[in-house]
Amino acid sequence: MGVKALDYESLNENVKEVQYAVRGELYLRASELQKEGKKIIFTNVGNPHALGQKPLTFPRQVIALCQAPFLLDDPNVGQLFPADAIARARHYLSLTPGGLGAYSDSRGLPGIRKEVAEFIERRDGYSSDPELIFLTDGASKGVMQILNCIIRGQGDGVLVPVPQYPLYSATISLYGGSLVPYYLEESANWGLDVNNLRESVAQARFNGITVRAMVIINPGNPTGQCLSEANLREVLNFCHRENLVLLGDEVYQQNIYQDERPFISSRKVLMDMGQPISKEVQLVSFHTVSKGYWGECGQRGGYFEMTNIPPKTVDEIYKISSISLSPNVPAQIFMGLMVNPPKAGDISYEQYVRESKGILESLRRRARMMTDGFNSCKNVVCNFTEGAMYSFPQIRLPPKAIEASKNAGKVPDVFYCLKLLEATGISTVPGSGFGQKEGVFHLRTTILPAEEDMPEIMSSFKKFNDEFMEQYEAVKI
Amino acid sequence: MAPPVTVNTINPKVIECEYAVRGEIVILAQKLQDEIKIKLEAHPFEEILYCNIGNPQSLGQQPITFFREVLALCDHPPLLDKSETQGLFSKDSIQRARKILDQIPGRATGAYSHSQGIKGLRDTIAAGIEARDGFPADPNDIFLTDGASPAVHMMMQLLIRSEKDGILCPIPQYPLYSASIALHGGTLVPYYLDEATGWGLEVSDLKKQLEAAKSKGIDVRALVVINPGNPTGQVLAEENQKEIVKFCKEEGLVLLADEVYQENVYVRKKKFHSFKKVSRSMGYDEKDIHLVSFQSVSKGYYGECGKRGGYMEITGFGADVREHIYKLASVNLCSNISGQILASLVMSPPKAGDESYESYISERDGILSSLARRAKTLEDAFNKLEGVTCNKAEGAMYLFPRINLPEKAIKAAGEAKTAPDAFYCRRLLTETGIVFVPGSGFRQVPGTWHFRCTILPQEEKIPAVVTRLTDFHKRFMNEFRD
Repeated sequence: MGVKALDYESLNENVKEVQYAVRGELYLRASELQKEGKKIIFTNVGNPHALGQKPLTFPRQVIALCQAPFLLDDPNVGQLFPADAIARARHYLSLTPGGLGAYSDSRGLPGIRKEVAEFIERRDGYSSDPELIFLTDGASKGVMQILNCIIRGQGDGVLVPVPQYPLYSATISLYGGSLVPYYLEESANWGLDVNNLRESVAQARFNGITVRAMVIINPGNPTGQCLSEANLREVLNFCHRENLVLLGDEVYQQNIYQDERPFISSRKVLMDMGQPISKEVQLVSFHTVSKGYWGECGQRGGYFEMTNIPPKTVDEIYKISSISLSPNVPAQIFMGLMVNPPKAGDISYEQYVRESKGILESLRRRARMMTDGFNSCKNVVCNFTEGAMYSFPQIRLPPKAIEASKNAGKVPDVFYCLKLLEATGISTVPGSGFGQKEGVFHLRTTILPAEEDMPEIMSSFKKFNDEFMEQYEAVKI
Repeated sequence: MAPPVTVNTINPKVIECEYAVRGEIVILAQKLQDEIKIKLEAHPFEEILYCNIGNPQSLGQQPITFFREVLALCDHPPLLDKSETQGLFSKDSIQRARKILDQIPGRATGAYSHSQGIKGLRDTIAAGIEARDGFPADPNDIFLTDGASPAVHMMMQLLIRSEKDGILCPIPQYPLYSASIALHGGTLVPYYLDEATGWGLEVSDLKKQLEAAKSKGIDVRALVVINPGNPTGQVLAEENQKEIVKFCKEEGLVLLADEVYQENVYVRKKKFHSFKKVSRSMGYDEKDIHLVSFQSVSKGYYGECGKRGGYMEITGFGADVREHIYKLASVNLCSNISGQILASLVMSPPKAGDESYESYISERDGILSSLARRAKTLEDAFNKLEGVTCNKAEGAMYLFPRINLPEKAIKAAGEAKTAPDAFYCRRLLTETGIVFVPGSGFRQVPGTWHFRCTILPQEEKIPAVVTRLTDFHKRFMNEFRD
């Protein structure tokens, strides 16, 4: 008998080509070492609760009540749960005929989509249509769904920032499209230059690619930059001129660590720009419960909002959603709670504010600590983390280190990160996993380790790095 | 300039695929429901009776108490430190929640887990599989997913390289398969279940369809078997399963065993046997057969559709292939943790001696016996209708009666530009509020017409369903009798 259907040779080539470094080689090696008993500090993924961040109390109280509605019938429930959590649980249960165990509308529960629309309206000052908001099992599923609609074949290109979060490169690979890179300017704080966009599009078209969409990640991952309003206007004008659908990955919109550039949504800027552009540019915006100060990654809750997408296309997107029946209901409730948190006067309000502020202020401090810590290291240059959850220092590897990595059969930043891992237990993701300019190396780490652990982590890194640099600079050429 | 994302410019595979379970008829039903909300007299019925989708809890089925207790405690672990909790939760649910939390790194239910799912939970599931089958299961073979459907998509992604790759699917089938194959650009190779023999699966037909596909240049890669069947409800006899396994081994096909209804068996003479058990009992091991088995928390007696919990167990694949499966799983990071926990509970429910055992058994058996009764009542009702024959629902959650539509009705359908079974279902909906899914959504032998009806409306609503359906059918046949 010849080759069997799931032998390696006969796998879908697109699958073979997919790369997702966030849980790739470094992570697997770190897991191995952990099994052997080594203490590992996982900074490879934006996974706050895994590094000790606590869930916010109020949402967990509400969801527990929704999960076990028999509690609501018990006269003693008030001893375990505050009255506003009880009321909110009743509210969400009233929105779901059948409770948490029934498939909802394939777009998500109408009542919760309405809450999301109201949140968007409060945030941006423009009304939002719940019918154009689809809840998904995490924002990633939404991104994959939309890209699947856009990519018809290899001839279709999607503009993606470099460096980027590798969900985009992986998905474009999987669906057989073409990734059209546009480079962010490291020397300008990872700024987005429209000239780079123009160049990339021209190059792609020259190669016969039809550029269909543009991804922006704002705040950026792994780079953390927050786009200015002017920048967003340039991008929207660009998309309008070049006939691109803009995919606005805004999952880190609540993670802002400087005051010069607060978060402003792509949709708000688009609406501010008025007609005709506000009615013509196609935009899909993504958000999640996994980031911000909630960090509820394990719930898998997200949504996308469509702007200026024609009704027939929305129908097709709905059809795809319906094949998976519905997003998970508990996460939908998390989303409702996130966009509609306790208000001033509610019993749980002060606790909610205290917990949230505590997390956000700590993240801001850790962003600063990490940036400064990296900048104090030999041959390391690090832009400030303006937003999101990561630090993306540039590691200037000496020529002899690059040579050594080649001899070891490893990409230079992978080589460095593996050595870092083995020496210190710090598990990062090499910059090559995100894309970078040729010959320039980085690594991505999160700013999520506990604040009290940060000084030790940074000094441990500095010790390793400075010794590494000395070792490879001292080698006689 | 035309905007980039219009129906003329989106991925044509998206346009091509279809999913009738939430298709046209259901969209219309929702519209009618909204109209009744505004004005009760808008239609000749007061409520829509959704019999289109296997969504038990939306129609009043209650969740299993023990499962919800454990999940609530895992959702909010501080409850475990409060003394009042002892009075509100069963002792064994508290114990189980503690055990599960200990298996989760940092007790963090809000963190992304291992991309295959939390190891301790996979251990529990593997033990559950072993207890069920009598053959060992490896936790590393298990991938926890947001429901069984994403796991099916993952396998189609792996298997389909181009439209030259074919997947054998039963006709009638659950339209996830046809939709997924279309979406991934492959070719569905049909094999026909035999209605006359209770939807029997003949290996000779499998062979015939395989050869026909090969002669057309199709590389057939896998065989989908849904057992118990959806929409057809048959439970395969063990001998039949052995033939199927042997066929897959000989032809080098991946066996994709959709076993999500494994706990829904209503006839005493049939029993569920997993394909894993059958393969191992034939002496076939990892070298002999590629097998992927799908299970879900959405069906059975637990019916937890909204949780999106499930898994696939993959056996017989080389390490290099498993690496790629893992990689695909990792792009989405992981499935939702609550669903993972629930999958482990479903595969290892309370045992004799546990505090919750009695109430658990009583809830479980109550639901299953009620499902069996409803299946029988509706089967009998369908068989009494003129021109309608209905096979028994041995398992799953559906009936799939066949209707011999008069020529006049078929002609009227043609004029209305709909398939005859869709025409019937639409009329049924607008006159009675009952929602069935037309058989054409599941595919059927050409020239035959069916519709799928779930057995899920609450027992007290079943008489209303039967009466309205019977009266409608009489009127319809009178109108269109040749």
